[in-house]
Formats: sequence, structure tokens, C-alpha cells
Amino acid sequence: MGRIKSFIEAAGWPRIIIALFLLGLFVIAPFVEVRVDASISDTLVRFGMNGVMVLAMVPMVQAGCGLNFGLPLGIIAGLLGAVTSVELELTGILGVLAAMCIAIPIAVLFGWAYGLLLNRVKGGEMMIATYVGFSSVAFMCIMWLLLPYKSPSMVWGYAGTGLRTTISVDGYWIRAISDFLSFQYGKYFYFPTGMFLFFALLCFLMWLFMRTKIGTAMTTVGSNPDYARASGVNVDRMRTISVILSTVLGAVGIIVYEQSFGFIQLYMGPFTMAFPAVAAILIGGASVNKATILNVVIGTILFQGILTMTPSVINSIVQTDMSEVVRIVVSNGMILYALTRVVKVKSR
Amino acid sequence: MEGVGKSYFGNRVLANVNFSLKKGQILGLVGENGAGKSTLMNILFGMPVIQETGGFEGKIYIDGKEVSFNSPFEALEAGVGMVHQEFSLIPGFTAAENIVLNRESTTYNVLVEAFGDRLRTLDRVEIRKRAETAIDTLNVDLHPDMCVSEMPVGHKQFTEIAREIDKKRTRLLVLDEPTAVLTETEAAILLKSMKKLADLGISIIFISHRLQEILDICDTIIVLRDGEVVREFVPEKTDLMSIASAMVGRSIQGQSQRTQEDADRTSGEIILRVENLWVDMPGETVRDVNLEVHKGEIFGIGGLAGQGKLGIGNGIMGLYPSGGTVTFDGDVVPLNDPMAPLSLGIAAVSEDRRGVGLLLEEPIAWNIIFTALQVQNRYLRSILGGLVRIRDAAAIRDCAKHYIQALEIKCVSERQRVVELSGGNQQKICLAKAFALDPKLLFVAEPTRGIDVGAKKVVLDTLREYNRKNRATVVMISSELEELRSICDRIAIIDEGRVAGILPATAPSTEFGLLMLGKVQKTRERVTA
Repeated sequence: MGRIKSFIEAAGWPRIIIALFLLGLFVIAPFVEVRVDASISDTLVRFGMNGVMVLAMVPMVQAGCGLNFGLPLGIIAGLLGAVTSVELELTGILGVLAAMCIAIPIAVLFGWAYGLLLNRVKGGEMMIATYVGFSSVAFMCIMWLLLPYKSPSMVWGYAGTGLRTTISVDGYWIRAISDFLSFQYGKYFYFPTGMFLFFALLCFLMWLFMRTKIGTAMTTVGSNPDYARASGVNVDRMRTISVILSTVLGAVGIIVYEQSFGFIQLYMGPFTMAFPAVAAILIGGASVNKATILNVVIGTILFQGILTMTPSVINSIVQTDMSEVVRIVVSNGMILYALTRVVKVKSR
Repeated sequence: MEGVGKSYFGNRVLANVNFSLKKGQILGLVGENGAGKSTLMNILFGMPVIQETGGFEGKIYIDGKEVSFNSPFEALEAGVGMVHQEFSLIPGFTAAENIVLNRESTTYNVLVEAFGDRLRTLDRVEIRKRAETAIDTLNVDLHPDMCVSEMPVGHKQFTEIAREIDKKRTRLLVLDEPTAVLTETEAAILLKSMKKLADLGISIIFISHRLQEILDICDTIIVLRDGEVVREFVPEKTDLMSIASAMVGRSIQGQSQRTQEDADRTSGEIILRVENLWVDMPGETVRDVNLEVHKGEIFGIGGLAGQGKLGIGNGIMGLYPSGGTVTFDGDVVPLNDPMAPLSLGIAAVSEDRRGVGLLLEEPIAWNIIFTALQVQNRYLRSILGGLVRIRDAAAIRDCAKHYIQALEIKCVSERQRVVELSGGNQQKICLAKAFALDPKLLFVAEPTRGIDVGAKKVVLDTLREYNRKNRATVVMISSELEELRSICDRIAIIDEGRVAGILPATAPSTEFGLLMLGKVQKTRERVTA
């Protein structure tokens, strides 16, 4: 009994309830003719797709900058890298790597400016970050039309200029990372080994970084900026580094997402991308000023699992196609739930 | 008042205080910071903090009737008025409006029939008249229509007092350091009006650090020390010196005693030289400090709260904007850069333990090693063939265990979060953090504030031992003079942001008392003039 109690305390009730709910969905699935193996495969793929963007939350949370609602900024950097890579007609793993190599410097630049801004609004980072995300998306809506991309597979057919809202990467670098060492088991089960290895590598690098001198200083800044300052740490610099890191991970994250998804979504695509990532890390047990890699992994599995399972199971039960509606209700409901937890952590 | 006593969380701050005050008399209350003056007045005024911490002992009588106020409202009702050190005025309102606040004169209008008395109209003419009467009683030049936000501090103080006077029932007025913010002329006016009020039959309890004022206007003077009334004086039969010595000269039982070895100590060459230092630290402004600290000594910095003694350490450590020249061991210390003094071998233990000194949510080990890790790159190990260096968990654990044992920190393990420890143990962690840096010079600010007697002794002994063993220089900043005298070699007293004087710790406490009260400098000025 004592062991169960300590487990519940360590894991936290929210995670246990959500995990039980997810388990329940998997148990019901076969009875309503939803294939379990396909569902598990879907969940894993979605986990791999979103994992890096959830990981992007960690540095800023640790440095006391709050949750990165400005993730769209990093995503835009990633999109710029992706379309440039397609423009250059690069294919396969080379195409993905080129996209990242182009995206990262842009993300560093964006992150640096974004960091300077956040250092001026200490205490209100999350509110400002949300609007940085929104306004950068709006600005890029203009830019996507004006930027001089020429590739026929990306521009509007009738005008010959301006990028399309959705660009297929099929034929360029679709599943370039995912398919590395991946395998198919039966008709329905696909395991994207490459994407998992890549995510694990980034997690390991993050883990390592958090244990270096800079990473330690960053955590301390988040824990008590005054203490950090008295210990000779440049607080603003640490915060800027954390924002840059978060933005770069956002850029890398969206490229991983696109190569698995098969499409680059421009214009309003990045608009709401921050919310699922924020929700996932909160469900994983992170607070507004403490987040671990374990929070990222658990949170992403639970959030994406629920998001995959609920629509298909409910669809099969009610026998109509309302998967999109259910998905929106569930994902926003989870975000709402996760954000109410933020308040709890604060007032504790 | 009879046998009034009070303890906060088992920490006794007042014991068996007796005094009586006659109608129309002025009572002067003096004592060091933390002597119990404010607590005594809080009890009298029925501040909620007293009830919340378990009430008080003893009895209070007003006009022969026993009273015990549960809230400031009850105290006001009974005719006790209080003017606090901090102003409680509404900045956007005029003097007159502030004076009559919540007791406004009103007249009838139609809305009263429907919504009750709360909607009566303000009678501006009457309000103005009342304000003028109150101001006239004070005999000061204050315009009732002046907006509080535009007033100089002196006028704000007068407004506060006028408000208390306007309350018809006020029979006992408590003034908590009303002259601290006033210029000399304003103070003189205030003192004159206080006398006038006393003549009108209002009794006054007057708290001040300016002893001369107390001597000038009070009928009796009570000196509080460590929560006890040590002496009662009548101004005609005493002088500054005897009051000052009564204030500071406390029995030093149980404190660590100086030994013969201490007296024979000789200090080395100058290690720290501070010239024309100014520090803009809110509430502790340092104006112009010149100091020399010798190698291997324990140098004390004392003085009353708010005079700037805390600013010196914080300024040199680069935590507040500062200027001047600081030379350490031959090197000029760049100011306004926290990293610079740390890398030169200066460490500090902050007076703001929970705010600056600790990472409350992190484990003990982190708290101890973090500064050493950042400044000296210790507790790191290379991995991946020297490509990156990460925290060396084993070395960190060993270091934390070493200090936990050496300083007798009571905790479950080195992984326990600091927020769960008691104040004394938290202070020991702050010391351990500084020791881990192996500093050549250590600033320690208020090391015994808010910790119990046992822990106090351990902290002081640890500092002394560290000084002896490692030949490290220690600069200790404290409000408790006796504590400084028990372990320091020389003590500087700071007054109004300047060094009032530096004395050997063996000098009589009277001299320190006079320095603290800024008396010496003033007499000197008078002589030169």
C-alpha cells in the first residue's frame, strides 16, 4: 500500500488518470472495430513527430522564461529551411539535413531577438510570447507570398509566384529520417526507428547540456535569478541562450514533423502549433519553472495517444465521421486542463 | 502597562515591561533596532500580527480600565492614535481629505432616503474647517488643499499627525520615529507642536533615535534593551552618555568570550582598501565610505538599520549600482560586475538569506557548490574525450557531505531541498557556499538574523574558526553590536552612509553608542565651526 501511495505521489494524479483513460481506449478499441496495432503505430508516429517540439519547451522553462508560447517563431525558421531545401531540389536525407542547416542560423537569429524582447518583459513572458508567435505568423503570411521562390512544386499554379498553403515533400524528402532502419510488421504496424533515434539523440544532448556549466547556470537562473546573479552568472545572457535553444529546437522539430507528415504547411499552419506542445509538457508533469526530459517523453506519449485514440474510437461508437470535431474538442480540452494546472503549480 | 511580555515562535522579544504615563505627559522610548519598541507598540495598538502569533502576556490599563485590543479599530475607538514610520496616506487626495478620511463631515441629500447613510454628500466647507483646526493645533504651515503626492516628506508627516489630532477621542498618541525623515527646522516645529498637544491633555509616546530630541521634550525616558526596560530616566537628571550606554551595553552572558589570544593578535598588511565608495541600495544608501581592512583580521561593520552598512558589502560584490575605488590584494576590483570580486577571491554571505542567498527549491548540494562551479570551474568532469564537461555528481556529493558534517547541518541527506530546513541550518548552508569558494576575503552580512541562540553560537564560532585556520579575512556586517564586539578585532560604525568612526572591539560600548547616534561627528562639527 505504501509503495502504491509513493508511486501515485511521484507520478501525480493527473498523469495516472490520463494514462488509465488511454489504457481504457485501447481496451475498448477492438470491440468497436478499431485495429489496436494500427492505433499503436499511429500513436508512435505522432509521438516521434511532436517530440522535438515538446522538447523545445525545456530550456525556456528551466531558465525561468515560462512556457514557450512563441514556438511559431522557431517553426517559421524551420519552414524557411524546408522550402529553401525543396527549392534547391535536394532529396532524401541530404534534403532534410540541408533544411536543418538553413533553418538553424535563422532560428538563432530569431531566437536572439526574441530573447532580447523577453528580457525586457520579465514576469510577463508567456503573454508576450503568445503574441510574438501570433504576430510573426501574420507577418510571414505576407512574406510567403513575396519571397522569390520559383520551384513549380511550391508556387501557385495560376500566378507563378507566391508559395502555396500546403506543399508536398513527396519526391523530395518524405520520411527521410523516419525510414532509417524502420520496419513494417504485418499490414498495419509501422515503426519509424530513425525518427525515434533522432529524438533520443536530441534528448540525450539536452540531458548533457543541462549538466554542463551553462546548463547548470540556466537552471539556477530559473530557480532564483538573484542567487544566480550573486554567483556571477549573467542572468540575461542565460535567458537569451535558453530562448535561442528553444527556437532552434522548434525549427528542427517542425522539419522532423514535416518529413513524417509529408507536407509543409505555410501561412496559418504554425499559428496554433505551440499549444499542443505546451499541453504535452504540462501533462507530462512539468511546472512553469521546472521541466525534465522525462516530463517531455511521458507528456508527449499521453497527449498524442489520447489525440490519436479518442477520435477513432468515438467515431466507431457513434458511427458517423466527426473525427475532426472530436479531435479539436479533445486537444483543446486537454490544453485547457493543462493550463489550469499551471495556476495550481503557481499557487502551491 | 504592567508586566507586558511577548514571544514570537518561542523567540522572546519582550519580557515584563512596566511603565505608566500620566495625562498630558510625553514619554520617550529609546532602544536599539530589535530591542522590542515596535513590538510593544504593536501590542498597544492591537495589531493583528500579535493575535496571530499567540497574543501577549501582562495587562494594559487606560484610565484605570484594563484594555486588550484585538484590532487597530478597537484601539482607535479607545482613543489610541498612532503615526507609523511608513506613511499611510492616499497620494491623490489633498491634505484635508486625508485628515478626515472615513470620518468625513456629511450633509443630507435625497439619495439617503433610498440607499441609506452611505450616500450622504460630503460637506467640503466643514471638512476644510476641521482640517484647518487640526493643522492650527499643530501650528504648522500646511495648506489643506495641497495634494499629498506633491508634498515634501515633512508635510506628509504633519498630515498624518493632524489626522490623529482630528480624531476627537484621541488621548494617547504614539509617534514612531516621526523626526527621522524631517529636516532640523521641521523637526523643531514638530517638537514644539508635540509640547502643545501635551498641554492640551494628550499623552504622547515618542520613539526616536535622536537622543537629543528625547532629552529636550520628554517628561520621562524609558530605555528598552533585549525586550526589557533597563533604565528609566528623568531628563533633568541625566545626559546623552548615560542613555547611550544603557541602550547598547548589554550583558554578554552565553556569548562567545574574547580570549587572551585574541588580544595578542596582530594583523598583516592591508588587503582591502575602499575609497569614496557610494552604493545605491534602496534603504541602505552608502554615500562616501573609506575603509582599510587588514589581512587576517575580523573586521566588523555596525550601525543602525538604514544607515548604509549593508550597502557596503552588496556594493563591493556588484549587486547594486556603485562607484568609487576598491582595491583588493593589489588589484582594483571592477564594480557593478558580480563575477569580478568572486573571481578575485572575495565571497559574500547575503543578509537576504531566502531572497539572494539560497535556491530554496533545489537540493542542499547544489546550493553549496553552485558558485564554486560557476566561478572556479570546479566539480566538473570531462566526458566524450574532453569534448564537453558536465557536473561531477560524485565530487558534488562528497563536498556537500563534508560541509554537512563540518557545520553540523541537520538534514535528511544532501539531496534534501533547502526550503525544508530551519533558518539556522539555512544560514549554515550559506556559509558553506562561501567556504566552498575558498575565499581570501569573506563578507558576512547579518549572519545571526532570525536564527535561534544555539545556531547563533555555532555560526559565530564557525566564522572565528575559519578566520583562524585558513588565515582568511572576514568582514562581518551586523546590527548587533555585542555580537560584533565578541568576535571582531576592529569595528567601523556607519552613520548616514559614512564611516562615523573605527574603534577596536575592546573600546567601551558607550563610545560605540555615541558613534551610532551620530553624536560625535556633530559635536566635532560644532567645534570646528
